[in-house]
Amino acid sequence: MEWASQLCENRGLGSKMTDSKYFTTTKKGEIFELKAELNSDKKEKKKEAVKKVIASMTVGKDVSALFPDVVNCMQTDNLELKKLVYLYLMNYAKSQPDMAIMAVNTFVKDCEDPNPLIRALAVRTMGCIRVDKITEYLCEPLRKCLKDEDPYVRKTAAVCVAKLHDINAQLVEDQGFLDTLKDLISDSNPMVVANAVAALSEIAESHPNSNLLDLNPQTINKLLTALNECTEWGQIFILDCLANYTPRDDRESQSICERVTPRLSHANSAVVLSAVKVLMKFMEMLPKDLDYYGTLLKKLAPPLVTLLSAEPELQYVALRNINLIVQKRPEILKHEMKVFFVKYNDPIYVKLEKLDIMIRLASQANIAQVLAELKEYATEVDVDFVRKAVRAIGRCAIKVEQSAERCVSTLLDLIQTKVNYVVQEAIVVIKDIFRKYPNKYESVIATLCENLDSLDEPEARAAMIWIVGEYAERIDNADELLESFLEGFHDESTQVQLQLLTAIVKLFLKKPTETQELVQQVLSLATQDSDNPDLRDRGYIYWRLLSTDPVAAKEVVLAEKPLISEETDLIEPTLLEELICHIGTLASVYHKPPSAFVEGSRGVQHKRLPARAGSGESAEIPDIGQSGPSEAPFAVIPSQGDLLGDLLNLDLAPPTATVPSVQPAMPMGAMDLLGGGLDSLMGDESDTPSVSHRTEVQSPQPSSDYSERELGDIGGIPSMGASLGAAPAVMPAVLGGASAVGGGLGDLFDLGGGVGMPTGSYIAPKIMLLPAMKAKGLEVSGTFARRSGVIQMDLSLTNKAMSVMTDFAIQFNRNSFGLAPAGPLQILTPLSPNQTIDISLPLSTSGPVMKMEPLNNLQVAVKNNIDVFYFSCQYPLSLLFVEDGKMERQVFLATWKDIPNENETQFQIKDIHLNSDVAGNKLQGSNIFTIAKRTVDGQDMLYQSIKLANGIWVLAEMCVQTGNPNYTLSIKCRASEVSQFVYQCYELVLKN
Amino acid sequence: MIGGLFIYNHKGEVLISRVYRDDIGRNAVDAFRVNVIHARQQVRSPVTNIARTSFFHVKRSNIWLAAVTKQNVNAAMVFEFLYKMCDVMTAYFGKISEENIKNNFVLIYELLDEILDFGYPQNSETGALKTFITQQGIKGQHQTKEEQSQITSQVTGQIGWRREGIKYRRNELFLDVLESVNLLMSPQGQVLSAHVSGRVVMKSYLSGMPECKFGMNDKIVIDKQGKAGTTDDPGKSGKQSIAIDDCTFHQCVRLSKFDSERSISFIPPDGEYELMRYRTTKDIILPFRVIPLVREVGRTKLEVKVVIKSNFKPSLLAQKIEVRIPTPLNTSGVQVICMKGKAKYKASENAIVWKIKRMAGMKESQISAEIELLPTNDKKKWARPPISMNFEVPFAPSGLKVRYLKVFESKLNYSDHDVIKWVRYIGRSGIYETRC
Repeated sequence: MEWASQLCENRGLGSKMTDSKYFTTTKKGEIFELKAELNSDKKEKKKEAVKKVIASMTVGKDVSALFPDVVNCMQTDNLELKKLVYLYLMNYAKSQPDMAIMAVNTFVKDCEDPNPLIRALAVRTMGCIRVDKITEYLCEPLRKCLKDEDPYVRKTAAVCVAKLHDINAQLVEDQGFLDTLKDLISDSNPMVVANAVAALSEIAESHPNSNLLDLNPQTINKLLTALNECTEWGQIFILDCLANYTPRDDRESQSICERVTPRLSHANSAVVLSAVKVLMKFMEMLPKDLDYYGTLLKKLAPPLVTLLSAEPELQYVALRNINLIVQKRPEILKHEMKVFFVKYNDPIYVKLEKLDIMIRLASQANIAQVLAELKEYATEVDVDFVRKAVRAIGRCAIKVEQSAERCVSTLLDLIQTKVNYVVQEAIVVIKDIFRKYPNKYESVIATLCENLDSLDEPEARAAMIWIVGEYAERIDNADELLESFLEGFHDESTQVQLQLLTAIVKLFLKKPTETQELVQQVLSLATQDSDNPDLRDRGYIYWRLLSTDPVAAKEVVLAEKPLISEETDLIEPTLLEELICHIGTLASVYHKPPSAFVEGSRGVQHKRLPARAGSGESAEIPDIGQSGPSEAPFAVIPSQGDLLGDLLNLDLAPPTATVPSVQPAMPMGAMDLLGGGLDSLMGDESDTPSVSHRTEVQSPQPSSDYSERELGDIGGIPSMGASLGAAPAVMPAVLGGASAVGGGLGDLFDLGGGVGMPTGSYIAPKIMLLPAMKAKGLEVSGTFARRSGVIQMDLSLTNKAMSVMTDFAIQFNRNSFGLAPAGPLQILTPLSPNQTIDISLPLSTSGPVMKMEPLNNLQVAVKNNIDVFYFSCQYPLSLLFVEDGKMERQVFLATWKDIPNENETQFQIKDIHLNSDVAGNKLQGSNIFTIAKRTVDGQDMLYQSIKLANGIWVLAEMCVQTGNPNYTLSIKCRASEVSQFVYQCYELVLKN
Repeated sequence: MIGGLFIYNHKGEVLISRVYRDDIGRNAVDAFRVNVIHARQQVRSPVTNIARTSFFHVKRSNIWLAAVTKQNVNAAMVFEFLYKMCDVMTAYFGKISEENIKNNFVLIYELLDEILDFGYPQNSETGALKTFITQQGIKGQHQTKEEQSQITSQVTGQIGWRREGIKYRRNELFLDVLESVNLLMSPQGQVLSAHVSGRVVMKSYLSGMPECKFGMNDKIVIDKQGKAGTTDDPGKSGKQSIAIDDCTFHQCVRLSKFDSERSISFIPPDGEYELMRYRTTKDIILPFRVIPLVREVGRTKLEVKVVIKSNFKPSLLAQKIEVRIPTPLNTSGVQVICMKGKAKYKASENAIVWKIKRMAGMKESQISAEIELLPTNDKKKWARPPISMNFEVPFAPSGLKVRYLKVFESKLNYSDHDVIKWVRYIGRSGIYETRC
């Protein structure tokens, strides 16, 4: 440091120490004075004046009026003055384009200067002046500079191409600068290579389909060579570019990894993280039994740990990334728990992130240590941190069964501290522990009840009420406790009200004699005095249940709840894969895909991990589920998450991350349905999503609170989900059956078999959707059709009752593709007894989306003056095949390659006696477009594309062998679960 | 890439504002001021997203440096760049303060123009920058063509951190092994976590373009040599070597060579720089052990007894020893007795600070204190922050030893023997805490 201060002294001799005076001039007539000074003959005075102008500019004053005077100072030998004028120009040229032209000559001249520093300065500055007229003049000098003998000029010119592209992309292409830029990748100077790579990567980002960064083994080799020689920043550019490459095979992948690993020892954390990104990505392709794979895993841990000794801001970035890496490959850091222990002086953002990772790494082996730490943290000062620590204790209990008892006793100790927010947080997590280990820790209920009065947060109150209701038979004064909450019923939040309602009903079912009055009170509060539809609906349902069939009510309300899962806050696998491809970047810090926070076309491309070469292993299944039972659900989730991610185009899909592992057979759609309707009905069920929402702390996305989620319904009338509630117990079983329609509904309404599968040109005959006996005399039959781009539901309504029916309305529950009525049900005249009316209901695909099981399931509510009726049916997927589904050949080829092989599904279509042309035409009628046809060895291969209304592309290869009535159909789609339904459409279209 | 870079003073006034990208408007400057600098709550993250614009900030004393972007930039790179920016400014004009920034704003703009182009960081090594960003603009004109191309080839070259033609009459180098030893110990004396993070800082005053090779008692190297056939007792060599968990190097070190041969070879920058950083967790010599005893006597009194034991060779002396014993917020008075050094209760810091100038190895010392408390009705328990310790010892707690640093300069007339070399070991306390 000595020499630095010495330098300062030296510099103090000049005029530099007084620069700060420029910041203080605020006189009147300042502009006028400056003008005079700028036009002064004395060089020194001119320079002083320009400095004043720049200072004013910095603090936000408008000094654009001085434009001509400042530009006049540009012609100077003084480099410092020149740079100042350039700075001014960059700021104001846009506002004074005509004047800016004045500067062009100087720029062009400077680009010819013998001094390379001046040439580079000129080309650098010119690129920053975003005025069309100037860019025209820029082309020639830029072309020269790109081939300049001096590397300093070339590296500056390389970046300038990116600048120009940002202003006028067409110009750059027309002038052939992109090719010159590509040539620079082979430049002898490493820094030129690095800047060219950076510029090309940026340009390529805005042309997702162009093959600009034509990465092939040769260029990769060049990049890897430059990697060893260029600056730390250049290394980052190159590594980030390498990460976009997909090696041809595992051998190439390994050789790149070998050459990238030395970067893990770089002092610059960004170099290290970018290297980690390349390795994490390419590792996907290495066979797991390869020795090198193990070596690589071992090599990754130390540098990641070292990142934690960097400055706090970098630690934060590193921790957010480690959070992803731990989810993807928990084995890397499983022995490094200690380094994530929180230090007293860590900034709060580092503390919170460390805590998150600690829980992820918690296992039976280290749980004792982790718990001891968490207990320490729970006594810290920062409220958020303490809360998170308390929740973490609860999560440990759920994750590591052996530790549950200790966790509970730790939580009890914390409750004894009587610190308000600690107590509330503890009660919330204890409720989760009860859900995970029922009938095990109920002895603590008494302690919890002591703290009833101190709870003032809705979540804690709701949790406590749930506990009281759930264990009402063991709490002597449960009725008193619940009654005390009832007094201020209308001041409570919805969450608490719903819980209270359910808890009292549970209490009533358990102790009917003493609590009749109480239950009536709460039901009337909920149904008569509340304007919250959720609450009212739930109240009515309970009321009817209790009044019609108390035994059934007991079965429903006191049904056994599914256990909650242990890993509740995992990032949805497709998103995780994408984020792994973005290690080190903002996306990995936010845990959101770039499209969620980047405007325009940049970053909209979804990056994916490469598939493991050779092996038929299915898409990466995270190895998180170490224990036996939890493995199955993980195998299920990826595909669904995949679909959800693509279908809904959600940034984050919180529910997907939270599927309870105990319900392996329970598919997403059904889960969400539970979340949407059932939960809010069944207070006790609602805990499933509640856990997930609470624990997903790191998700910055605002997530609606579970119980405030809307019922998927039509305002006022009991919801779809609500009606489903009658059969929660049978749900899983029914869903298992292949032909079951709409889960519980099938059972309820006894639909008997599926609905026909009509298609585009071929429209299936109407079938019975709702039998009269189930709907108080209203009979509904119908089918679906797509007619010139419009989706229609053809319905026949028949009145088989004795009285006239009026006031018809129709609503759909949320469904996989957002189908919704595009208008009201057009039945204007009353429907007299025995009359039938046929109508066509146009449908749109812009409704709310929720994944259903099966995918094409649609739940419908029809209302008339008598009541509301529900049925569910399945629509053919071809309904959603849009007319512009013809993909370009090139795009098809690229996309086909791009979609991983495990997304390919093969089907047999049997007994089709059509030749390939006829078949092709037939399919075209249903918007299945044949893009290319190839004939090999008497086999016709048809390549076909389909686009779904929500933008999903489905690619297909149909193989027709002459003389063989069986076609082979391979379907490839990013959302592979649609494949099966697409296949059904093929079959229907071809067979009819 | 980085769209703009702003520097603010503590009041949120802009001192420097340089916009690189068109997507960053003037309002970004205000957005950061309003949402971060003037935010009511403590800053919860160094990365802030305001209206789809991301702000990265670091603070140096009371100066805020903020980088802005609308793209999915490499976040680690942005922070590394901000730190680098601070280093460069410090190298040019000393401490980063409002005054210094205002005094040098023209220089800062010039630097920003050079080290960040369209938001892409460029060569930011001060050694190279100082050859052509001199704030003496006229000089540029008097440079010869050779000088100019020498500058540009250095800035863009493979050895961007060193210029050619350096000459010293006396070729000399200084190596400092600086370690900070971190400990978290339970009240019962169990080591919860301990690690050493060390740095090898080199000051080189060498002529020409010297090739250097650095060697230390790295277990992997020693074991490899042991296998290679020397007759050394493997047990013995194993004892002297240390296991390095991980290390990172200055960009002058050839990483691929380290990866393949584990040898550290480089052409050093001129003057002072950090050659490497490393981390060890095994067989750490913990220079001090703290044994706390806290007893609550009723509701208004605490009795604290702390013993410290030094644990190294008796011939060595530890210096600047300081033990900090936190006291509750409602402390009304403290009485301290210590055998050695001076101890004082500092009400403003809520701690008893016990200072000992020097202490030899294998000794122990004790302090006892009685803390009077004011009765409070505060339900919240006192959090009992850990007892922390500071010290400096003249050895490396990791056990690291420098084995050699060889210098080769083929073109000039000096050999390895002519170079005067100095090595020094300093072990300092990092976060050295014992819970009580």
